[in-house]
Amino acid sequence: MSASAASEPILSLKDISIAFDKGNVLDGLSFSIAPQETKILIGESGSGKTLILKLAAGLIQPDSGSVLMLGHDLCCMREKELLAFRRNIGFVFQEGALFDSLTVADNVAYCLREEHVDEVEIEPRVRESLRFVEMEDTLEKFPSELSGGMRRRVSIARALVTRPDVVLYDSPTAGLDPVTSQTIITLILRLRDTQGVTSLMATHRLQDAFGLANYRFDGQSGRVVHIPQNGASTGASAATTFVVLRDGKNYFEGSPAELADSRDEYLRRFLL
Amino acid sequence: MATTDPKLIEPAEISVREALSDGAKRWILHLQEYSLLSARAVSNLFSTPYYVSDILEQMDIIGVGSLPIVLLTGFFIGAVMVLQTAAQFERFGQTALTADIVSLALVRELGPSITGLLVTGRNASGMASELGSMVVTEQVDAMRAMGTDPIRKLVTPRVVATVLMLPLLTAMADFLGLIGGYLVALFTLRLDSVLYWTRAIDILDFSDLMQGLTKPLVYGFILATVGCYQGLTVKGGTQGVGRATTHAVVTASVFILITDFFLTKLMLYLAGHVF
Repeated sequence: MSASAASEPILSLKDISIAFDKGNVLDGLSFSIAPQETKILIGESGSGKTLILKLAAGLIQPDSGSVLMLGHDLCCMREKELLAFRRNIGFVFQEGALFDSLTVADNVAYCLREEHVDEVEIEPRVRESLRFVEMEDTLEKFPSELSGGMRRRVSIARALVTRPDVVLYDSPTAGLDPVTSQTIITLILRLRDTQGVTSLMATHRLQDAFGLANYRFDGQSGRVVHIPQNGASTGASAATTFVVLRDGKNYFEGSPAELADSRDEYLRRFLL
Repeated sequence: MATTDPKLIEPAEISVREALSDGAKRWILHLQEYSLLSARAVSNLFSTPYYVSDILEQMDIIGVGSLPIVLLTGFFIGAVMVLQTAAQFERFGQTALTADIVSLALVRELGPSITGLLVTGRNASGMASELGSMVVTEQVDAMRAMGTDPIRKLVTPRVVATVLMLPLLTAMADFLGLIGGYLVALFTLRLDSVLYWTRAIDILDFSDLMQGLTKPLVYGFILATVGCYQGLTVKGGTQGVGRATTHAVVTASVFILITDFFLTKLMLYLAGHVF
Protein backbone atom coordinates (compact mmCIF):
# COMPACT_ATOMS: atom_id res chain seq x y z
CA MET A 1 0.00 0.00 0.00
CA SER A 2 1.40 3.41 -0.94
CA ALA A 3 1.78 6.17 1.63
CA SER A 4 -1.02 8.20 0.10
CA ALA A 5 -3.33 5.21 -0.08
CA ALA A 6 -2.59 4.36 3.53
CA SER A 7 -3.51 7.84 4.68
CA GLU A 8 -6.78 7.90 2.70
CA PRO A 9 -9.80 7.39 4.92
CA ILE A 10 -11.56 4.03 4.75
CA LEU A 11 -14.91 5.76 5.08
CA SER A 12 -15.75 9.38 4.51
CA LEU A 13 -19.21 10.89 4.92
CA LYS A 14 -19.51 14.44 3.62
CA ASP A 15 -22.43 16.73 4.36
CA ILE A 16 -24.95 13.89 4.54
CA SER A 17 -28.63 14.79 4.81
CA ILE A 18 -31.55 12.41 4.78
CA ALA A 19 -35.18 13.03 5.63
CA PHE A 20 -38.20 10.80 6.17
CA ASP A 21 -41.88 11.58 6.70
CA LYS A 22 -41.23 13.01 10.16
CA GLY A 23 -38.43 15.37 9.06
CA ASN A 24 -34.64 15.39 8.79
CA VAL A 25 -32.89 12.53 10.56
CA LEU A 26 -29.41 13.49 9.38
CA ASP A 27 -28.70 17.08 8.50
CA GLY A 28 -25.24 17.90 7.14
CA LEU A 29 -23.36 15.12 8.94
CA SER A 30 -19.67 14.69 8.13
CA PHE A 31 -16.92 12.49 9.53
CA SER A 32 -14.30 10.04 8.32
CA ILE A 33 -12.56 6.89 9.53
CA ALA A 34 -8.86 6.24 8.99
CA PRO A 35 -7.50 2.73 8.28
CA GLN A 36 -7.55 0.53 11.42
CA GLU A 37 -9.43 3.19 13.34
CA THR A 38 -12.40 2.35 15.55
CA LYS A 39 -15.14 4.96 15.38
CA ILE A 40 -17.94 4.78 17.91
CA LEU A 41 -21.29 6.43 17.17
CA ILE A 42 -23.20 7.49 20.25
CA GLY A 43 -26.64 9.00 20.28
CA GLU A 44 -30.13 8.72 21.63
CA SER A 45 -32.66 6.33 20.11
CA GLY A 46 -33.76 7.64 16.72
CA SER A 47 -30.69 9.86 16.32
CA GLY A 48 -29.72 8.04 13.10
CA LYS A 49 -26.97 5.66 14.24
CA THR A 50 -28.30 2.66 12.32
CA LEU A 51 -29.01 4.92 9.37
CA ILE A 52 -25.34 5.94 9.22
CA LEU A 53 -24.24 2.30 9.20
CA LYS A 54 -26.69 1.53 6.39
CA LEU A 55 -25.44 4.56 4.45
CA ALA A 56 -21.87 3.38 4.94
CA ALA A 57 -22.80 -0.03 3.50
CA GLY A 58 -24.73 1.56 0.62
CA LEU A 59 -27.98 -0.06 1.78
CA ILE A 60 -29.69 3.32 1.54
CA GLN A 61 -28.79 6.49 -0.35
CA PRO A 62 -28.67 9.96 1.22
CA ASP A 63 -30.83 12.81 -0.07
CA SER A 64 -27.65 14.88 -0.40
CA GLY A 65 -23.95 14.56 0.35
CA SER A 66 -21.47 11.85 -0.52
CA VAL A 67 -20.39 8.53 0.99
CA LEU A 68 -16.89 7.36 0.11
CA MET A 69 -16.13 3.83 1.26
CA LEU A 70 -12.86 2.06 0.41
CA GLY A 71 -12.29 4.62 -2.35
CA HIS A 72 -15.72 4.16 -3.98
CA ASP A 73 -18.39 6.84 -4.14
CA LEU A 74 -21.41 4.78 -3.09
CA CYS A 75 -23.86 7.45 -4.24
CA CYS A 76 -22.76 7.01 -7.86
CA MET A 77 -22.94 3.22 -7.91
CA ARG A 78 -25.79 1.14 -9.29
CA GLU A 79 -27.41 -1.52 -7.08
CA LYS A 80 -25.72 -4.31 -9.07
CA GLU A 81 -22.28 -2.75 -8.47
CA LEU A 82 -23.12 -2.15 -4.83
CA LEU A 83 -24.07 -5.81 -4.32
CA ALA A 84 -20.60 -6.90 -5.45
CA PHE A 85 -18.91 -4.10 -3.50
CA ARG A 86 -20.64 -4.93 -0.19
CA ARG A 87 -18.77 -8.23 -0.01
CA ASN A 88 -15.76 -6.18 1.16
CA ILE A 89 -17.72 -5.05 4.20
CA GLY A 90 -18.81 -6.99 7.29
CA PHE A 91 -22.12 -5.94 8.84
CA VAL A 92 -23.24 -7.12 12.29
CA PHE A 93 -26.94 -6.35 12.69
CA GLN A 94 -28.55 -5.43 15.99
CA GLU A 95 -30.43 -8.71 16.46
CA GLY A 96 -27.97 -10.76 14.42
CA ALA A 97 -30.29 -11.04 11.38
CA LEU A 98 -29.37 -14.70 10.90
CA PHE A 99 -31.40 -16.60 8.29
CA ASP A 100 -33.99 -18.65 10.21
CA SER A 101 -34.16 -21.42 7.64
CA LEU A 102 -30.40 -22.08 7.58
CA THR A 103 -28.17 -23.79 10.15
CA VAL A 104 -25.38 -21.87 11.86
CA ALA A 105 -22.84 -23.42 9.47
CA ASP A 106 -24.92 -22.46 6.41
CA ASN A 107 -25.45 -18.94 7.75
CA VAL A 108 -21.70 -18.43 8.13
CA ALA A 109 -21.00 -20.11 4.78
CA TYR A 110 -23.68 -18.07 2.98
CA CYS A 111 -21.36 -15.36 1.68
CA LEU A 112 -18.72 -17.86 0.57
CA ARG A 113 -21.30 -19.87 -1.38
CA GLU A 114 -22.54 -16.68 -3.03
CA GLU A 115 -18.96 -16.04 -4.14
CA HIS A 116 -18.78 -19.62 -5.48
CA VAL A 117 -15.86 -20.51 -3.19
CA ASP A 118 -14.90 -24.19 -3.49
CA GLU A 119 -16.89 -26.36 -1.02
CA VAL A 120 -13.60 -27.93 0.13
CA GLU A 121 -12.41 -24.50 1.23
CA ILE A 122 -15.71 -23.43 2.79
CA GLU A 123 -15.83 -25.91 5.67
CA PRO A 124 -12.45 -24.99 7.26
CA ARG A 125 -13.18 -21.27 6.85
CA VAL A 126 -16.57 -21.64 8.52
CA ARG A 127 -15.00 -23.60 11.38
CA GLU A 128 -12.22 -21.01 11.71
CA SER A 129 -14.76 -18.17 11.97
CA LEU A 130 -16.92 -20.03 14.46
CA ARG A 131 -13.85 -21.00 16.49
CA PHE A 132 -12.92 -17.31 16.64
CA VAL A 133 -16.26 -16.55 18.33
CA GLU A 134 -16.08 -19.80 20.36
CA MET A 135 -19.18 -21.26 18.73
CA GLU A 136 -17.69 -24.20 16.86
CA ASP A 137 -19.98 -26.67 18.64
CA THR A 138 -23.15 -25.10 17.18
CA LEU A 139 -22.48 -25.86 13.51
CA GLU A 140 -25.66 -27.85 12.92
CA LYS A 141 -27.97 -25.82 15.15
CA PHE A 142 -30.62 -23.43 13.84
CA PRO A 143 -30.74 -19.78 14.99
CA SER A 144 -33.96 -20.47 16.91
CA GLU A 145 -32.01 -22.87 19.15
CA LEU A 146 -29.49 -20.17 20.15
CA SER A 147 -29.65 -17.49 22.83
CA GLY A 148 -29.50 -13.78 21.92
CA GLY A 149 -25.79 -13.55 22.75
CA MET A 150 -24.97 -16.68 20.77
CA ARG A 151 -26.82 -15.29 17.75
CA ARG A 152 -24.73 -12.09 17.91
CA ARG A 153 -21.55 -14.17 18.08
CA VAL A 154 -22.60 -16.20 15.03
CA SER A 155 -23.43 -12.91 13.31
CA ILE A 156 -19.88 -11.71 14.01
CA ALA A 157 -18.52 -15.00 12.64
CA ARG A 158 -20.64 -14.52 9.50
CA ALA A 159 -19.36 -10.96 9.08
CA LEU A 160 -15.69 -11.91 9.35
CA VAL A 161 -15.70 -15.12 7.27
CA THR A 162 -14.96 -13.12 4.10
CA ARG A 163 -12.08 -11.33 5.89
CA PRO A 164 -13.50 -7.85 5.29
CA ASP A 165 -11.47 -4.64 5.47
CA VAL A 166 -14.10 -2.91 7.56
CA VAL A 167 -16.80 -4.15 9.93
CA LEU A 168 -19.95 -2.19 10.84
CA TYR A 169 -21.55 -3.07 14.19
CA ASP A 170 -25.12 -1.99 14.89
CA SER A 171 -25.61 -1.94 18.69
CA PRO A 172 -24.03 -5.39 19.07
CA THR A 173 -24.68 -5.53 22.82
CA ALA A 174 -28.21 -4.10 22.87
CA GLY A 175 -30.54 -6.14 25.06
CA LEU A 176 -27.82 -8.46 26.37
CA ASP A 177 -26.82 -9.10 29.97
CA PRO A 178 -23.50 -7.54 31.16
CA VAL A 179 -21.53 -10.79 31.01
CA THR A 180 -22.63 -11.59 27.43
CA SER A 181 -22.06 -7.96 26.44
CA GLN A 182 -18.50 -8.25 27.75
CA THR A 183 -17.99 -11.38 25.65
CA ILE A 184 -19.15 -9.55 22.53
CA ILE A 185 -16.89 -6.55 23.25
CA THR A 186 -13.94 -8.90 23.80
CA LEU A 187 -14.61 -10.44 20.39
CA ILE A 188 -14.69 -7.01 18.76
CA LEU A 189 -11.40 -6.11 20.52
CA ARG A 190 -9.87 -9.38 19.36
CA LEU A 191 -10.96 -8.84 15.77
CA ARG A 192 -9.62 -5.29 15.83
CA ASP A 193 -6.30 -5.99 17.53
CA THR A 194 -5.39 -9.31 15.90
CA GLN A 195 -6.62 -8.66 12.37
CA GLY A 196 -6.39 -4.87 12.17
CA VAL A 197 -9.99 -4.48 11.01
CA THR A 198 -11.39 -0.95 10.74
CA SER A 199 -14.59 -0.68 12.76
CA LEU A 200 -17.61 1.58 12.95
CA MET A 201 -19.83 0.77 15.91
CA ALA A 202 -23.17 2.29 16.83
CA THR A 203 -24.10 1.99 20.47
CA HIS A 204 -25.90 3.76 23.27
CA ARG A 205 -23.95 1.86 25.95
CA LEU A 206 -21.05 4.07 26.89
CA GLN A 207 -19.38 1.36 28.99
CA ASP A 208 -18.95 -0.70 25.79
CA ALA A 209 -17.53 2.30 23.97
CA PHE A 210 -15.00 3.02 26.72
CA GLY A 211 -14.22 -0.71 26.89
CA LEU A 212 -13.08 -0.55 23.28
CA ALA A 213 -11.13 2.64 23.92
CA ASN A 214 -9.40 1.60 27.17
CA TYR A 215 -8.59 -2.05 26.53
CA ARG A 216 -6.76 -4.03 23.92
CA PHE A 217 -6.48 -7.70 23.12
CA ASP A 218 -3.04 -9.15 23.73
CA GLY A 219 -2.52 -11.85 21.11
CA GLN A 220 0.41 -13.43 22.98
CA SER A 221 -1.32 -13.98 26.31
CA GLY A 222 -4.76 -14.30 24.73
CA ARG A 223 -6.18 -11.83 27.26
CA VAL A 224 -7.75 -8.43 27.30
CA VAL A 225 -5.40 -5.92 28.91
CA HIS A 226 -5.93 -2.37 30.09
CA ILE A 227 -4.23 0.40 28.14
CA PRO A 228 -2.40 2.57 30.69
CA GLN A 229 -3.70 6.15 30.64
CA ASN A 230 -0.29 7.65 29.90
CA GLY A 231 1.10 4.50 28.39
CA ALA A 232 2.24 4.13 24.84
CA SER A 233 -0.70 2.45 23.18
CA THR A 234 -0.16 1.56 19.60
CA GLY A 235 -2.07 0.35 16.56
CA ALA A 236 -5.81 0.10 16.35
CA SER A 237 -6.38 0.30 20.08
CA ALA A 238 -4.80 3.76 20.07
CA ALA A 239 -7.15 5.04 17.37
CA THR A 240 -10.54 4.90 18.98
CA THR A 241 -12.62 8.02 18.52
CA PHE A 242 -16.17 8.96 19.38
CA VAL A 243 -18.88 10.74 17.41
CA VAL A 244 -21.87 11.95 19.41
CA LEU A 245 -24.98 12.66 17.31
CA ARG A 246 -27.51 15.37 18.03
CA ASP A 247 -30.20 16.81 15.77
CA GLY A 248 -28.78 14.98 12.76
CA LYS A 249 -25.29 16.42 13.13
CA ASN A 250 -22.08 15.26 14.79
CA TYR A 251 -22.33 17.26 17.99
CA PHE A 252 -18.99 16.00 19.24
CA GLU A 253 -16.07 14.26 17.60
CA GLY A 254 -12.96 13.41 19.55
CA SER A 255 -10.99 11.02 21.71
CA PRO A 256 -12.37 9.14 24.72
CA ALA A 257 -10.35 11.42 27.04
CA GLU A 258 -11.84 14.56 25.45
CA LEU A 259 -15.33 13.15 25.87
CA ALA A 260 -14.69 12.12 29.48
CA ASP A 261 -13.29 15.57 30.33
CA SER A 262 -16.04 17.50 28.58
CA ARG A 263 -18.13 19.92 30.64
CA ASP A 264 -20.85 20.12 27.99
CA GLU A 265 -24.25 19.50 29.53
CA TYR A 266 -25.54 17.32 26.66
CA LEU A 267 -22.41 15.16 26.63
CA ARG A 268 -22.46 14.80 30.42
CA ARG A 269 -25.88 13.15 30.08
CA PHE A 270 -24.21 10.21 28.34
CA LEU A 271 -21.44 9.99 30.92
CA LEU A 272 -23.66 9.83 33.99
CA MET B 1 -58.97 19.89 32.60
CA ALA B 2 -56.52 19.13 29.88
CA THR B 3 -58.95 16.87 28.03
CA THR B 4 -61.40 19.76 27.55
CA ASP B 5 -58.73 21.95 26.02
CA PRO B 6 -60.11 22.74 22.55
CA LYS B 7 -56.58 22.69 21.09
CA LEU B 8 -56.22 19.01 21.97
CA ILE B 9 -59.47 17.85 20.39
CA GLU B 10 -59.34 20.11 17.34
CA PRO B 11 -58.87 17.91 14.27
CA ALA B 12 -55.99 18.62 11.91
CA GLU B 13 -57.22 20.67 8.99
CA ILE B 14 -57.02 18.81 5.73
CA SER B 15 -59.13 19.49 2.67
CA VAL B 16 -60.98 16.77 0.75
CA ARG B 17 -58.93 17.68 -2.29
CA GLU B 18 -55.65 17.18 -0.41
CA ALA B 19 -56.83 13.87 1.01
CA LEU B 20 -57.85 12.60 -2.45
CA SER B 21 -54.63 13.85 -3.97
CA ASP B 22 -52.51 12.12 -1.28
CA GLY B 23 -54.48 8.90 -1.71
CA ALA B 24 -54.04 8.95 -5.48
CA LYS B 25 -50.31 9.62 -5.14
CA ARG B 26 -49.91 6.72 -2.69
CA TRP B 27 -51.86 4.40 -5.00
CA ILE B 28 -49.77 5.39 -8.02
CA LEU B 29 -46.58 4.93 -6.00
CA HIS B 30 -47.67 1.40 -4.99
CA LEU B 31 -48.51 0.59 -8.59
CA GLN B 32 -45.13 1.91 -9.75
CA GLU B 33 -43.21 -0.05 -7.11
CA TYR B 34 -45.21 -3.20 -7.81
CA SER B 35 -44.57 -2.86 -11.55
CA LEU B 36 -40.84 -2.35 -10.97
CA LEU B 37 -40.64 -5.38 -8.67
CA SER B 38 -42.50 -7.53 -11.20
CA ALA B 39 -40.30 -6.31 -14.06
CA ARG B 40 -37.12 -7.03 -12.08
CA ALA B 41 -38.40 -10.47 -11.05
CA VAL B 42 -38.87 -11.30 -14.75
CA SER B 43 -35.68 -9.64 -16.01
CA ASN B 44 -33.65 -11.72 -13.53
CA LEU B 45 -34.54 -14.76 -15.65
CA PHE B 46 -32.25 -13.46 -18.39
CA SER B 47 -29.08 -13.13 -16.34
CA THR B 48 -27.07 -15.17 -13.82
CA PRO B 49 -26.98 -16.25 -11.02
CA TYR B 50 -29.98 -18.56 -10.94
CA TYR B 51 -31.15 -19.99 -7.64
CA VAL B 52 -32.31 -23.36 -8.98
CA SER B 53 -32.47 -25.05 -5.57
CA ASP B 54 -34.70 -22.22 -4.29
CA ILE B 55 -37.00 -22.67 -7.31
CA LEU B 56 -37.25 -26.43 -6.65
CA GLU B 57 -37.90 -25.82 -2.95
CA GLN B 58 -40.68 -23.35 -3.78
CA MET B 59 -42.14 -25.75 -6.36
CA ASP B 60 -42.36 -28.34 -3.60
CA ILE B 61 -43.96 -25.90 -1.13
CA ILE B 62 -46.41 -24.42 -3.65
CA GLY B 63 -47.08 -27.43 -5.87
CA VAL B 64 -46.88 -30.48 -3.64
CA GLY B 65 -47.99 -28.57 -0.55
CA SER B 66 -51.15 -27.24 -2.20
CA LEU B 67 -52.07 -30.54 -3.88
CA PRO B 68 -54.33 -32.00 -1.12
CA ILE B 69 -56.57 -28.91 -0.79
CA VAL B 70 -56.71 -28.39 -4.54
CA LEU B 71 -57.67 -32.02 -5.22
CA LEU B 72 -60.27 -32.10 -2.45
CA THR B 73 -61.83 -28.82 -3.53
CA GLY B 74 -61.78 -29.80 -7.22
CA PHE B 75 -63.52 -33.10 -6.45
CA PHE B 76 -66.37 -31.49 -4.54
CA ILE B 77 -66.79 -28.61 -7.00
CA GLY B 78 -67.32 -31.19 -9.77
CA ALA B 79 -69.68 -33.20 -7.59
CA VAL B 80 -71.81 -30.21 -6.61
CA MET B 81 -71.93 -28.99 -10.22
CA VAL B 82 -73.60 -32.25 -11.24
CA LEU B 83 -76.04 -32.03 -8.34
CA GLN B 84 -77.02 -28.48 -9.27
CA THR B 85 -77.27 -28.92 -13.05
CA ALA B 86 -78.86 -32.37 -13.05
CA ALA B 87 -82.05 -31.03 -11.47
CA GLN B 88 -82.44 -28.54 -14.35
CA PHE B 89 -81.61 -31.01 -17.13
CA GLU B 90 -83.92 -33.67 -15.68
CA ARG B 91 -86.86 -31.37 -16.53
CA PHE B 92 -86.02 -31.79 -20.22
CA GLY B 93 -84.84 -35.39 -19.95
CA GLN B 94 -81.32 -34.37 -20.92
CA THR B 95 -79.28 -35.49 -17.89
CA ALA B 96 -76.45 -36.58 -20.18
CA LEU B 97 -75.72 -32.89 -20.75
CA THR B 98 -74.45 -32.60 -17.16
CA ALA B 99 -71.15 -34.09 -18.35
CA ASP B 100 -70.83 -31.33 -20.97
CA ILE B 101 -71.57 -28.61 -18.46
CA VAL B 102 -69.25 -29.93 -15.75
CA SER B 103 -66.43 -30.41 -18.21
CA LEU B 104 -66.74 -26.98 -19.83
CA ALA B 105 -67.27 -25.08 -16.59
CA LEU B 106 -64.37 -26.80 -14.84
CA VAL B 107 -61.83 -26.58 -17.62
CA ARG B 108 -62.64 -23.05 -18.79
CA GLU B 109 -63.52 -21.29 -15.59
CA LEU B 110 -63.91 -23.00 -12.23
CA GLY B 111 -60.71 -25.05 -12.29
CA PRO B 112 -58.35 -22.11 -12.94
CA SER B 113 -60.23 -19.61 -10.76
CA ILE B 114 -60.82 -21.85 -7.75
CA THR B 115 -57.25 -23.17 -7.87
CA GLY B 116 -55.90 -19.63 -8.24
CA LEU B 117 -57.90 -18.41 -5.26
CA LEU B 118 -56.99 -21.42 -3.11
CA VAL B 119 -53.28 -21.07 -3.83
CA THR B 120 -53.61 -17.33 -3.18
CA GLY B 121 -55.07 -18.04 0.25
CA ARG B 122 -52.38 -20.56 1.02
CA ASN B 123 -49.25 -19.23 -0.67
CA ALA B 124 -49.62 -15.49 -1.34
CA SER B 125 -50.29 -15.11 2.38
CA GLY B 126 -47.33 -17.36 3.15
CA MET B 127 -45.02 -15.34 0.90
CA ALA B 128 -46.16 -12.04 2.40
CA SER B 129 -45.70 -13.24 5.98
CA GLU B 130 -42.37 -14.99 5.33
CA LEU B 131 -40.78 -12.10 3.44
CA GLY B 132 -42.39 -9.59 5.81
CA SER B 133 -40.84 -11.34 8.80
CA MET B 134 -37.49 -11.32 7.01
CA VAL B 135 -37.80 -7.56 6.45
CA VAL B 136 -38.76 -6.91 10.09
CA THR B 137 -35.85 -8.99 11.43
CA GLU B 138 -33.42 -7.30 8.99
CA GLN B 139 -32.70 -10.56 7.16
CA VAL B 140 -33.41 -8.88 3.82
CA ASP B 141 -30.96 -6.08 4.68
CA ALA B 142 -28.44 -8.72 5.78
CA MET B 143 -28.88 -10.43 2.43
CA ARG B 144 -28.17 -7.17 0.59
CA ALA B 145 -25.24 -6.44 2.91
CA MET B 146 -23.73 -9.79 1.90
CA GLY B 147 -24.06 -8.98 -1.78
CA THR B 148 -27.23 -10.89 -2.66
CA ASP B 149 -30.07 -9.32 -4.61
CA PRO B 150 -33.19 -10.16 -2.54
CA ILE B 151 -35.44 -9.95 -5.61
CA ARG B 152 -33.30 -12.50 -7.43
CA LYS B 153 -33.01 -14.77 -4.40
CA LEU B 154 -36.50 -14.45 -2.90
CA VAL B 155 -38.96 -13.14 -5.50
CA THR B 156 -37.91 -14.71 -8.81
CA PRO B 157 -37.88 -18.32 -7.50
CA ARG B 158 -41.36 -17.85 -6.00
CA VAL B 159 -42.73 -16.33 -9.21
CA VAL B 160 -41.20 -19.04 -11.42
CA ALA B 161 -42.35 -21.85 -9.12
CA THR B 162 -45.93 -20.52 -8.89
CA VAL B 163 -46.21 -19.91 -12.64
CA LEU B 164 -45.00 -23.45 -13.34
CA MET B 165 -47.03 -25.16 -10.64
CA LEU B 166 -50.44 -23.48 -10.96
CA PRO B 167 -51.30 -24.92 -14.43
CA LEU B 168 -50.39 -28.40 -13.17
CA LEU B 169 -52.49 -27.94 -10.04
CA THR B 170 -55.35 -26.66 -12.21
CA ALA B 171 -55.14 -29.70 -14.48
CA MET B 172 -55.29 -31.95 -11.40
CA ALA B 173 -58.25 -30.00 -10.01
CA ASP B 174 -60.07 -30.29 -13.36
CA PHE B 175 -59.49 -34.02 -13.47
CA LEU B 176 -60.63 -34.60 -9.88
CA GLY B 177 -63.66 -32.37 -10.56
CA LEU B 178 -64.62 -34.58 -13.50
CA ILE B 179 -64.23 -37.66 -11.30
CA GLY B 180 -66.37 -36.05 -8.57
CA GLY B 181 -69.02 -35.20 -11.18
CA TYR B 182 -68.83 -38.70 -12.63
CA LEU B 183 -69.38 -40.39 -9.26
CA VAL B 184 -72.41 -38.22 -8.50
CA ALA B 185 -73.76 -38.77 -12.03
CA LEU B 186 -73.23 -42.53 -11.67
CA PHE B 187 -74.84 -42.98 -8.25
CA THR B 188 -77.63 -40.38 -8.34
CA LEU B 189 -78.52 -40.05 -12.05
CA ARG B 190 -77.51 -43.61 -13.02
CA LEU B 191 -75.71 -42.08 -16.01
CA ASP B 192 -73.71 -44.49 -18.12
CA SER B 193 -69.95 -44.23 -17.50
CA VAL B 194 -68.99 -44.36 -21.17
CA LEU B 195 -71.60 -41.74 -22.02
CA TYR B 196 -70.39 -39.41 -19.26
CA TRP B 197 -66.69 -39.58 -20.17
CA THR B 198 -67.31 -39.46 -23.92
CA ARG B 199 -69.45 -36.34 -23.63
CA ALA B 200 -67.11 -34.73 -21.07
CA ILE B 201 -64.11 -35.17 -23.37
CA ASP B 202 -65.77 -34.56 -26.73
CA ILE B 203 -67.25 -31.22 -25.71
CA LEU B 204 -63.76 -29.79 -25.10
CA ASP B 205 -62.01 -27.95 -27.93
CA PHE B 206 -58.36 -27.02 -28.14
CA SER B 207 -59.38 -23.44 -27.34
CA ASP B 208 -60.98 -24.59 -24.07
CA LEU B 209 -57.76 -26.27 -22.97
CA MET B 210 -55.80 -23.18 -24.02
CA GLN B 211 -58.12 -21.01 -21.97
CA GLY B 212 -57.98 -23.34 -18.98
CA LEU B 213 -54.20 -23.59 -18.93
CA THR B 214 -53.31 -20.01 -19.90
CA LYS B 215 -55.30 -18.44 -17.08
CA PRO B 216 -53.31 -20.20 -14.31
CA LEU B 217 -50.06 -18.88 -15.78
CA VAL B 218 -51.33 -15.32 -15.36
CA TYR B 219 -52.92 -16.02 -11.97
CA GLY B 220 -49.68 -17.60 -10.73
CA PHE B 221 -47.73 -14.52 -11.74
CA ILE B 222 -50.25 -12.21 -10.04
CA LEU B 223 -50.46 -14.09 -6.74
CA ALA B 224 -46.69 -14.55 -6.42
CA THR B 225 -45.77 -10.96 -7.27
CA VAL B 226 -48.51 -9.48 -5.07
CA GLY B 227 -47.53 -11.76 -2.15
CA CYS B 228 -43.83 -10.89 -2.50
CA TYR B 229 -44.52 -7.17 -2.98
CA GLN B 230 -46.67 -7.01 0.16
CA GLY B 231 -43.98 -8.91 2.10
CA LEU B 232 -41.05 -6.78 0.96
CA THR B 233 -42.86 -3.50 1.67
CA VAL B 234 -43.84 -4.34 5.25
CA LYS B 235 -43.76 -1.41 7.64
CA GLY B 236 -44.49 -1.32 11.34
CA GLY B 237 -43.04 -4.52 12.81
CA THR B 238 -45.03 -7.67 13.45
CA GLN B 239 -48.34 -5.82 13.21
CA GLY B 240 -47.30 -4.76 9.71
CA VAL B 241 -46.64 -8.41 8.80
CA GLY B 242 -50.24 -9.26 9.71
CA ARG B 243 -51.54 -6.36 7.63
CA ALA B 244 -49.36 -7.34 4.67
CA THR B 245 -50.65 -10.93 4.81
CA THR B 246 -54.27 -9.77 4.69
CA HIS B 247 -53.56 -7.26 1.92
CA ALA B 248 -51.75 -9.92 -0.12
CA VAL B 249 -54.73 -12.29 -0.08
CA VAL B 250 -57.34 -9.59 -0.71
CA THR B 251 -55.39 -7.79 -3.44
CA ALA B 252 -54.32 -10.94 -5.27
CA SER B 253 -57.85 -12.41 -5.12
CA VAL B 254 -59.42 -9.23 -6.48
CA PHE B 255 -56.75 -8.94 -9.19
CA ILE B 256 -57.33 -12.56 -10.20
CA LEU B 257 -61.11 -12.14 -10.48
CA ILE B 258 -60.80 -8.90 -12.47
CA THR B 259 -58.14 -10.41 -14.73
CA ASP B 260 -60.39 -13.45 -15.21
CA PHE B 261 -63.05 -11.32 -16.91
CA PHE B 262 -60.62 -9.72 -19.37
CA LEU B 263 -58.75 -12.97 -20.03
CA THR B 264 -62.04 -14.78 -20.73
CA LYS B 265 -63.05 -12.03 -23.13
CA LEU B 266 -59.67 -12.24 -24.88
CA MET B 267 -59.68 -16.03 -25.01
CA LEU B 268 -63.19 -16.17 -26.43
CA TYR B 269 -62.16 -13.65 -29.08
CA LEU B 270 -59.06 -15.69 -29.93
CA ALA B 271 -61.11 -18.90 -29.98
CA GLY B 272 -63.39 -17.36 -32.61
CA HIS B 273 -60.63 -15.83 -34.72
CA VAL B 274 -57.40 -17.78 -34.22
CA PHE B 275 -57.92 -21.31 -32.89
